[in-house]
Amino acid sequence: MNLRPDPTFHATPKLAMAAPVETLAFTLMLSPDGSQPDGLAVVDVDPGSDTYGEIVHQLLMPNKGDEFHHFGWNACSSALSPLTGHAFLERRYLIIPGIRSSRIYVIDVKEPLKAKIHKIIEPEEVFEKTGYSRPHTIHCGPEGIYVSTLGGGGKDGTDGPPGIFIMDCETFDILGRYEMDRGIQDKHYDFWWNLPRDYMISSEWGLPPQFENGIVAEDLLSNKYGHKIHFWDLRARKNVQTIDLGENHQMALEIRPAHDPAKQYGFCGVVVDTTNLQGAIFTWWRNDDGTFEAKKTITIDPQPASADDLPDLLKGFEAVPPLVTDIDLSMDDRFLYVACWGTGEMHQYDVSDPMNPTLAGKVEIGGIVKKTKHPNGNEFGYGPQMVEISRDGKRVYWTNSLYSTWDDQFYPGERGAAMVMANAGENGGLELDEKFWVGFPDGYRSHQIRLEGGDCSTDSFCYPNS
Amino acid sequence: MGEEPMMAALWWAVIASGLYHGVNPGMGWPLSVSAALMEGRRRALPSALAMLALGHFLAMSAILLPFSMMFALVDWQREIRIGAGLLVISLGVFLLIRRRHPRFLARVPPSQLALWSFLAAMAHGAGLMLLPVYLGLCGIEDTEGGHQAAAMLMSDNIGIALAVAASHTAAMTLAGGLIALVVYSWLGLKFLSQAWFNMDILWALSLIVVGIAGLWTAL
Repeated sequence: MNLRPDPTFHATPKLAMAAPVETLAFTLMLSPDGSQPDGLAVVDVDPGSDTYGEIVHQLLMPNKGDEFHHFGWNACSSALSPLTGHAFLERRYLIIPGIRSSRIYVIDVKEPLKAKIHKIIEPEEVFEKTGYSRPHTIHCGPEGIYVSTLGGGGKDGTDGPPGIFIMDCETFDILGRYEMDRGIQDKHYDFWWNLPRDYMISSEWGLPPQFENGIVAEDLLSNKYGHKIHFWDLRARKNVQTIDLGENHQMALEIRPAHDPAKQYGFCGVVVDTTNLQGAIFTWWRNDDGTFEAKKTITIDPQPASADDLPDLLKGFEAVPPLVTDIDLSMDDRFLYVACWGTGEMHQYDVSDPMNPTLAGKVEIGGIVKKTKHPNGNEFGYGPQMVEISRDGKRVYWTNSLYSTWDDQFYPGERGAAMVMANAGENGGLELDEKFWVGFPDGYRSHQIRLEGGDCSTDSFCYPNS
Repeated sequence: MGEEPMMAALWWAVIASGLYHGVNPGMGWPLSVSAALMEGRRRALPSALAMLALGHFLAMSAILLPFSMMFALVDWQREIRIGAGLLVISLGVFLLIRRRHPRFLARVPPSQLALWSFLAAMAHGAGLMLLPVYLGLCGIEDTEGGHQAAAMLMSDNIGIALAVAASHTAAMTLAGGLIALVVYSWLGLKFLSQAWFNMDILWALSLIVVGIAGLWTAL
């Protein structure tokens, strides 16, 4: 417990943008075949440093086969809510779940270059206390640390629906399930919220048999992956509305609400529309009467390709789908970044008018067919995937792996992990930084990035911009 | 100390504790800033403050009123004061040892400020902090008037309890409201993270000190 709030807690998004810039990034490394332990890489992102763009410390876990994916902080700016009394927590621990093993690591990064394991929660404890498995997204919020899961109980995670559970924000004990009334929600992926308005939004990927051993083409073509988003009364823990985006909108993944809680809208990325292979972004919003609506506001077309250039899975389509696998919204809620993992593009949309986004910038790198090289000449394997934006909105970082078994289907063969950065123009425009390229140890792939002092997909705020 | 200066000192203690609770962000003033910003109009600030004040007043009354009735048991006044002192001290010690925040507060929706304020004050023993002061006041009133009929004494005590709760809450609202207004109008929310100190230990110690003072005057 601090005597003052952690200096990285900010009352408003605007204050977060004005805070000192990040000098370190934390990036997850995973061993796709489970032959090596997964790990956390600490990356130097201070351009003035001699080790700029290098991994300056890495922490490997004592187990193998965890499959690291997403992770998050134990505390963020939401701790400044006087409602919950957590103002004196430290932003000190990274909560890293293994989505294959269901094991959760709590890593102490108070001294980032000496990052160490603080606590390990074994899978059995997760199963026993929650009935859920395959923990995924982490957000710190009113009742503690919220963890979304992709699987229910049982060996293949289909015994009961997946959901969210809560961990104590100081002891990291698992407290139990979040939901009191889940309504028709039966799949899970991401979730986020508007704290002062007291609502939460959650999304759907698919059940464990639909992703663990690779994408199931029959399930995709018969629209069996998730295509709904759910709206919750956050503190009542109740699903108050479900919106079906349409069954052809397969895999509604990332949920990105506006950071300024005075704004009552946000975005959701859809991986693929099975009628035309487009990627799509939906804008959802809350009406004054408390009901929600959603509308498709961005579509990204597939690109024609010769069957010879395509992996088996796509040969029949003679096109490469964009595959919108991650989206991220800048802290000022102005630019939405959309990773097109299939075509190898990172799009930057101006979403000042959330109902009418316009393409403001674009970077091509990697891709199933185009395989665009980095400006430094390096091959960029796979495509742009997990994207993270600096708080000030000037730097956009991303890695290239989606999920071990899916990587292998869309991009057969080992293509190497990478982490790159692009500079964003003040009024749009995106350009890769030639000097920033992070190489990873052999046999590893890179996944989500967290930035020192918080970033655009971590921090939620209790006060609006004034 | 004579009775009048003692009485004045006790009333000042009521006011001072109100100011103390008011400046503590944990008792809610940032919520009124947030309300004004969320609604985009200054008028929401006093409305939110009023809700917080209502909750706080009810919490004070909920603690003081039962004691005002008990305290009419003239023969047991000393025991009640000792008991109250011990109760306050033990809560202080408990809060000192168990430095955690009550989780149920996180379940209260942000729209229910009065409920939140009531529960926050109860959970932190804000009412108990006033208890020894209040019993001190009742004690003086009682000796001044000699032995009154129990019923009259009780209605006097209830009157004092409500006056204590009201003046404490007024002081709290004034202090919190002033800070909220200054932050809303001039300083901005940066002040929030700069000026928020962890008062947990100080708060627990305050309870212990007040409890000991109550005990000491009763013995």
